[in-house]
Amino acid sequence: MTPTDRTHRTVDVLVIGAGPAGLALAARLAAAGVDRVEVLDREPQAGGVPRHCHHTGFGLRDLRRVMSGPDYARHHIAAATRAGAVLRTSVTATGWAAPRTVDITGPTGLERITATAVVLATGARERPRSARLVPGTRPAGVLTTGQLQQAVHLHHQHVGRRAVIVGAERVGYSAVATLRRAGAEVAAMVTDQPRHQTHPARHLATRLRSGFPLVTDATVTELTGQGRLESVRLRHRDGRTAAVACDTVVFTGDWIPDHELARSAGIALDPGTRGPAADAEFRTGEPGVFAVGNLLHPVETADIAALDGRLAAGPVLRHLAGRPWTPGALPVRVEAPLLWVSPNRIAPDGPRPPRGRFTLRTTRFLTRPVLTVAQDGRTLHRGRLPRTVAPGRPFHLPADWIVGADAHGGPVRITVD
Amino acid sequence: MTVTTTGDLPGEVYDVAIIGAGVVGTAIARELARHRLRIALVEASDDVGNGTSKANTAILHTGFDATPGTLEARLVREGYQRLTAYAAETGIPLEPLGALLVAWDAEQLAALPSLAEKAVRNGYDETSILDADAVYAREPHLGPGALGALEVPGESIICPWTTTLAYATQAVRAGVALHLNCPAGAITTGEDHHEIATPRGVLRTRHLVNAAGLYSDEINRRLGHGEFTVTPRRGQLIVFDKFARGLVDHILLPVPTALGKGVLVAPTVYGNVMLGPTAEDLDDKTATGSSADGLASLREKGARIMPELLAEEVTAVYAGLRAATEHGDYQIHADPGRRYVAVGGIRSTGLTASMAIAAHVAELLTECGLDPGPEREIEPVRMPTIGEAFPRPYQRADLIAADPAYGTVVCHCERVTRGEIRDALTATVPPGSLEGLRRRTRALGGRCQGFFCGAAVRAQFDAATAAQDRTEARR
Ligand SMILES: Cc1cc2nc3c(=O)[nH]c(=O)nc-3n(C[C@H](O)[C@H](O)[C@H](O)COP(=O)(O)OP(=O)(O)OC[C@H]3O[C@@H](n4cnc5c(N)ncnc54)[C@H](O)[C@@H]3O)c2cc1C
Ligand SMILES: Cc1cc2nc3c(=O)[nH]c(=O)nc-3n(C[C@H](O)[C@H](O)[C@H](O)COP(=O)(O)OP(=O)(O)OC[C@H]3O[C@@H](n4cnc5c(N)ncnc54)[C@H](O)[C@@H]3O)c2cc1C
Repeated sequence: MTPTDRTHRTVDVLVIGAGPAGLALAARLAAAGVDRVEVLDREPQAGGVPRHCHHTGFGLRDLRRVMSGPDYARHHIAAATRAGAVLRTSVTATGWAAPRTVDITGPTGLERITATAVVLATGARERPRSARLVPGTRPAGVLTTGQLQQAVHLHHQHVGRRAVIVGAERVGYSAVATLRRAGAEVAAMVTDQPRHQTHPARHLATRLRSGFPLVTDATVTELTGQGRLESVRLRHRDGRTAAVACDTVVFTGDWIPDHELARSAGIALDPGTRGPAADAEFRTGEPGVFAVGNLLHPVETADIAALDGRLAAGPVLRHLAGRPWTPGALPVRVEAPLLWVSPNRIAPDGPRPPRGRFTLRTTRFLTRPVLTVAQDGRTLHRGRLPRTVAPGRPFHLPADWIVGADAHGGPVRITVD
Repeated sequence: MTVTTTGDLPGEVYDVAIIGAGVVGTAIARELARHRLRIALVEASDDVGNGTSKANTAILHTGFDATPGTLEARLVREGYQRLTAYAAETGIPLEPLGALLVAWDAEQLAALPSLAEKAVRNGYDETSILDADAVYAREPHLGPGALGALEVPGESIICPWTTTLAYATQAVRAGVALHLNCPAGAITTGEDHHEIATPRGVLRTRHLVNAAGLYSDEINRRLGHGEFTVTPRRGQLIVFDKFARGLVDHILLPVPTALGKGVLVAPTVYGNVMLGPTAEDLDDKTATGSSADGLASLREKGARIMPELLAEEVTAVYAGLRAATEHGDYQIHADPGRRYVAVGGIRSTGLTASMAIAAHVAELLTECGLDPGPEREIEPVRMPTIGEAFPRPYQRADLIAADPAYGTVVCHCERVTRGEIRDALTATVPPGSLEGLRRRTRALGGRCQGFFCGAAVRAQFDAATAAQDRTEARR
């Protein structure tokens, strides 16, 4: 065997990432009679992030019942396998040899797989401390929620005794639960926003159980400690500073899609989501390459990712049947304080986005904002949202206006006032 | 082969003891190990290369811009040759990219010819002066306004961690006793040998080498010397995501000013791009933290050099402390009466000069009465490939066929396999911490900083450490 020998195969559909999105799609395609649907995951177990979310609340929108993360993952694994999809774990897609030809590393060797359709379902992660440019020393005890959950739920590792949580969107509250399970105290939850960004009921329930202070309008200015973390320094918007003693800090939220494969294929990214720019049918700019799940909208809940998977089955089947690759070419962009919109490519005469609406995010609270959709100075839609929108939570914009857009005009822009 | 991390030190009297297992101390240990000597290398922390040597800009300098005639100039030039050859032999990641000293104003442009002349006086005559067009042809993503550059084709990027580890591994395999977690305290110098107090008992040695980096002045004073005082000069750096690697293909240096070498943009051998360092004189030798001001000033400078770089994600931020002194040169002094050599003030070029410093120190020790005896061949070492210039294990069908652990990726961002982590954990000089494991394998060093693999890597580390503890308990 030479150092570079690869076995070369072809499949109909290669799905990269066996999270809710990839699994739900594979199940649909296999059930629809596609012969060779192969799903790869680099982790030793399939299931994606829900594997290590050991709390309830999964499955509401896609399965119409509520279960724990691990049960939810098992459900989707079983469904995909039962339908006839091939699931392979501990296998990493490392790059591209040609369009729709993926290089793979696994314990059985190097492979090269060419597929009629490649679906990227590689999920998203939280930006770590370094990416957020938080200064200070580099002590142990600095985590993201993903690492915390895996440490506690999958590996039963000891985490510190006293933790500060940075971020107050829903995943920060998951971090509280995980820390509780690990026997650690929450010294404070810190957000640079004026309020927390989860559902009031969840906030109250968590506060009742764990009784931690929520510090609003504050940023982390420094981490201190040699060896182990000793404190987190904060600065309040009004200039007050404080140091909170702790041996653990969890950076939560602040999402970035795992876009490595998308980007290394030269697929254009959307400047807002940082995931591949994709249309209402999950098509990227690269013929035959689709994208689904959190890679497109970092971060939505798991059931939304699974629904993406289901909805993408139609377009993938049409592609397999030979439909020409004509993704919606018209970009949809947002302007600050909006963060992203998904989908972010449209074809005015094409299908509406999933569930007839666009999903958006904001970077700060907006009270009943007025949204304007415009193209080349022409207003396509203008309307007030019925409620306050919060950062870290989705809100929606009806998609009726797309028929009025000019397919050959400039980008469509969504602004607030 | 001995590496100890706990317990009493052996009672023997060593021929040579070296304090400090940075890139300099380990290079000296390796150099001396080419003779039949009883050598101890003592290090205060739990790993080799844990001081300044782990946090630099990782450039192998030609020495083109050194001050001609200084010891530093000679040792950097010699060290460059030696380490280039050693890297090829051992597999230390090294990429000869070449540097461009970019002139951003007329004054800097006017300084280029004299820099080229200075290079010649330093024995380096391969520089050339490029006009703006030639600069942009080589580096199309450079920010607007560059007027020209001095090209220094020999400047290279190297892996500082593998360098230190290769020296230490080879030294230990050749018989050097490496004692970690062993800070040297009070020193009593007798007629025949030194007695050095450590928390692990007394270390006895006939000859003593002080390679304690930032603390070399303090050790020096314990020997009755006061030639220099170390003032830590902090350098903060920002490491950008591997996606930035396509933006830059040379080491981009500023034209040096009175304030030092200035802020550079350079690829790393791991495929990232770094921006830095700052230069801040401090008085705290432990102040290796980054600061908001430091990071802001780097971003401001980076925005001028390469605006697109700033749009990329940041993978890591770190800071190192250079051992600056009141002198413009290395502070390497021998005291034959005390059988002592001080290797201090190894400022901002010590990685490059390490092998030449070691050879120089070996000579000084002979002048101090050490009889090294005949030279012998020592076993060559081959280091794991953690650089991107050669195929890594996850890309090698032959390795994976022989051992599937090399096909099992654990750290996804850096594509580090179970087999590589296992090898590092059972190596001659194993890591004492996850940090040390990161420097040996890159595991945990990537863009997610442990989001995906942190817990899995730690599990493998904990299991190996527990297994080692069991074996030690049985002994
Ligand atoms: C820390 C955290 C907590 C969360 N908590 C909740 C919650 O409580 N409730 C909820 O509804 N949602 C929660 N979410 C969101 C939910 O987990 C996601 O919406 C959902 O998992 C997204 O599904 P996905 O299939 O898009 O991606 P993922 O579940 O992230 O799956 C992506 C998969 O792709 C694999 N992969 C990536 N790259 C490669 C490659 N190159 N080769 C092979 N495989 C690859 C990964 O290993 C992973 O298994 C949470 C997310 C995170 C990160
Ligand atoms: C920001 C920055 C950028 C740089 N860039 C470059 C570059 O591009 N190229 C280059 O060639 N050089 C560069 N350098 C310089 C280079 O890193 C140093 O010259 C080199 O690492 C010095 O090595 P050392 O072994 O002398 O010191 P150290 O690595 O600090 O080693 C000294 C060791 O001694 C130990 N020690 C101290 N006191 C005691 C005691 N009492 N008992 C036992 N052990 C003790 C310490 O724990 C430490 O491990 C840079 C430095 C910095 C800070």
